Amino acid sequence: MALPITACGYSWTHADRDEPAVGPLDLQIAAGERVLLLGASGAGKSTFLHAVAGVLPEESGEPAGELLVGGEAPDPRRGSTGLVLQDPDSQVIFSRIGDDVAFGMENLGLPAEVVEARIPSSLRALGLDLPPEHPSAALSGGQKQRLALAGIHAMAPDVIVLDEPTANIDPASATEVRDAVLTVQAETTATMLVVEHRVELWIDHVDQVIVLGRDGIVAQGPPGQLFTDPELTDTLIDCGIWMPQDSPAPRRGGLSAPPPPRSAAHQVGPLSGSPIEGGRSGRLGEVLLRTDQLSAARPRMRTPAASDLSLSLRSGQALGLVGANGAGKSTTALTLAGLLPEFSGQVLAEAALREGAKRTRPFAWPSKQLAARIGMVFQEPAHQFLTSSVAAELELGPRLAGWSAAEAQARVAELLGGLGLTRLAHAHPQSLSGGEKRRLSVAAMLAPRPRVLIVDEPTFGQDALTWAGLVEMFRDALDYGSAVVAVSHDHSFLEAIGADLLELGDRSSAERVADCQPDDRVSAGDRSE
Amino acid sequence: MTVSVPVIAVSESLDQRTRPSPEVSVQDPGQLIPVVRSTAVARCNPLTKIGVALILMFGTLLSIDLVSAGVVLLASLLALPATGLDLAAAARRLWFLPAGALLAAWGTALLAEKTGDVVVEFGPLLFTTGSLSAAAAIFVRALALAIPLIVLASTIDPRDLADALVQHLRLPEVVVVSVLAASRLLGLLVSEWQVLSMARRARGVAGGSLVRRTNSLFSGVFVLLVVSIRRATTLAMAMEGRSFGRPGRTWRRRSTFGFRDLVVVVSAVSVCVFAIGAAHLFGVWNPIIG
Repeated sequence: MALPITACGYSWTHADRDEPAVGPLDLQIAAGERVLLLGASGAGKSTFLHAVAGVLPEESGEPAGELLVGGEAPDPRRGSTGLVLQDPDSQVIFSRIGDDVAFGMENLGLPAEVVEARIPSSLRALGLDLPPEHPSAALSGGQKQRLALAGIHAMAPDVIVLDEPTANIDPASATEVRDAVLTVQAETTATMLVVEHRVELWIDHVDQVIVLGRDGIVAQGPPGQLFTDPELTDTLIDCGIWMPQDSPAPRRGGLSAPPPPRSAAHQVGPLSGSPIEGGRSGRLGEVLLRTDQLSAARPRMRTPAASDLSLSLRSGQALGLVGANGAGKSTTALTLAGLLPEFSGQVLAEAALREGAKRTRPFAWPSKQLAARIGMVFQEPAHQFLTSSVAAELELGPRLAGWSAAEAQARVAELLGGLGLTRLAHAHPQSLSGGEKRRLSVAAMLAPRPRVLIVDEPTFGQDALTWAGLVEMFRDALDYGSAVVAVSHDHSFLEAIGADLLELGDRSSAERVADCQPDDRVSAGDRSE
Repeated sequence: MTVSVPVIAVSESLDQRTRPSPEVSVQDPGQLIPVVRSTAVARCNPLTKIGVALILMFGTLLSIDLVSAGVVLLASLLALPATGLDLAAAARRLWFLPAGALLAAWGTALLAEKTGDVVVEFGPLLFTTGSLSAAAAIFVRALALAIPLIVLASTIDPRDLADALVQHLRLPEVVVVSVLAASRLLGLLVSEWQVLSMARRARGVAGGSLVRRTNSLFSGVFVLLVVSIRRATTLAMAMEGRSFGRPGRTWRRRSTFGFRDLVVVVSAVSVCVFAIGAAHLFGVWNPIIG
């Protein structure tokens, strides 16, 4: 039976901050309602979800006001809520998928026969046609997310709480995972609360949309009403909401960044009514990086994750590495960045990129030479932070590259402003929200202006405003003559920076493309049109 | 690297891509040595396996002599095919064990009491029959201790062990399940560290002077700590989010003992008795206590 959620002046404050992370909120969610929760990056959407699920660690902050699920304070031990988080790797509990699905049911104290019977049906309902003994470590990111959903499906909870369930998943699988979520909701008739940046993915499948701002609820209502109300459009855009395609155009042009062009293939559109900027093909310069029959693999693997890549990367060129989860995109990016040795074939730096480095293979360069020439943004931003404040983090690269103090300061100020991080200049990098960390890690790599920039999912977790800021930074880098290689599921982003696309993993389709449309091959480095 | 290797590798990866059928058993990447056949020994209760390892360890440790350790080692080697382990993979991954045992034996031969006749005398090297037989005993003992433990570590499924610990030994289930879930994260630490090393190199702070290396090592350790704690917190949230900690947990699998468990334990005890008896019979019994 579904349960209603009510909040009355509810807020929650991190132990080490003065302002509340979320709230104060007043809201009513009816039993069985499907709610999409939106809001700016850092507005406390995840915190609110965790509060509803009752899993906020007591020692790390202070709640105020009242939050009730089914008339009682949230307590996960009641067994009425099911929670799915955004990171697929951190929520696999057991090493075999059958055990993982059974985990929630065992906690609920269901008899062994019921548990046994529900495992295969829940796996099937989520499209995981695998035996229960299948090792969970052998699943892809999208499959892991479905596994977590299968666990919730089996528990048949009264409230389903989902924190960006499709964030780490390629666009094709995202639709499938969404449908899987809707299946679970339909079968359990549970109240559903979902946080997602991809508005268009969910908008036709929810009853209500709630928009969170830094001081509580900004807007609330059925999606049809909310996104067609011209009064609200400016407010929503100011919150960085990704407006659906058919929503009214903003009344004023207050945005500094030009709205990016949309991609027909990708459902999520950025700001509507935007002029499409022309291609960047006129600005291509000399070749910086070349690969010859490159195969890339993680250390000690016997089979390459991606193979036979021959491409050349020119100054001012953007290259998008796309493909399904597990197609070897990240591994290829790390190999191009000179951080992993080539499995076979070679990555070669041309003279324009070498600039005095003796070796031609970036992997052979010492760390200091590498950092000055090739910047790499990792998938997990927290891995890259080395200093104790946001400003120092941005200053590190230029300082190591030998910039003068004044130049470095000016660059730091420019990046802080461009990415909306100025108010966080003195915060510790590890204390930022997911979207803020992502922006900082990109900015720290952009700071010393390396000739080649390799980025892994740079737009992850961004709202429409910070997204536009990132696009602007990359366009600036391209204009400056850097080359950009971006691993991304975000086709709008790749289109906005004018990237050539290279699809990895699907061997047959890659060959088909190569056979039919020779002009689309990236190996030539530019497009003639 | 020869040309043929990548070619084979490519065809293998193609194979995997074209056959994603669920019938193909997929190996757990975290396993020490893959189990290729499901044998009676491999299907034994985890507590039985631990018991057997302890019994064999007892038989090996009691005395430093070649005979008792040799009997246990021989029995373990003969029993290896029954464990269903991939022996070729075991040889590839564990070659360092005999090498390590040999090193230990070398040290013993050098340092043990020089009794009996002189066998080799070359400068500072002096090996006697006494020191050599002590070395041989150490070598065989090391292997006899290692093999049962490796079989134990490779054939026990952590989940089965947790089932057995809670259902038979009545250990607190919240603790057992938490340790079980956390142990999965340990494997991730290694790959996290690799990524961290790459990230430091990408930012230009790897290498350089000893002071800089040390500094960057410390900041790396700090980040590893932060990332691990965050992962653990997320895992704890995911577990709580599925009602973990609610009283009255059930276990879908019943951990049982069968006839095969009895057979395996009795065989292990007989091997020990035989080993100790043989050592006495040959008059080489050399107990470590008393």
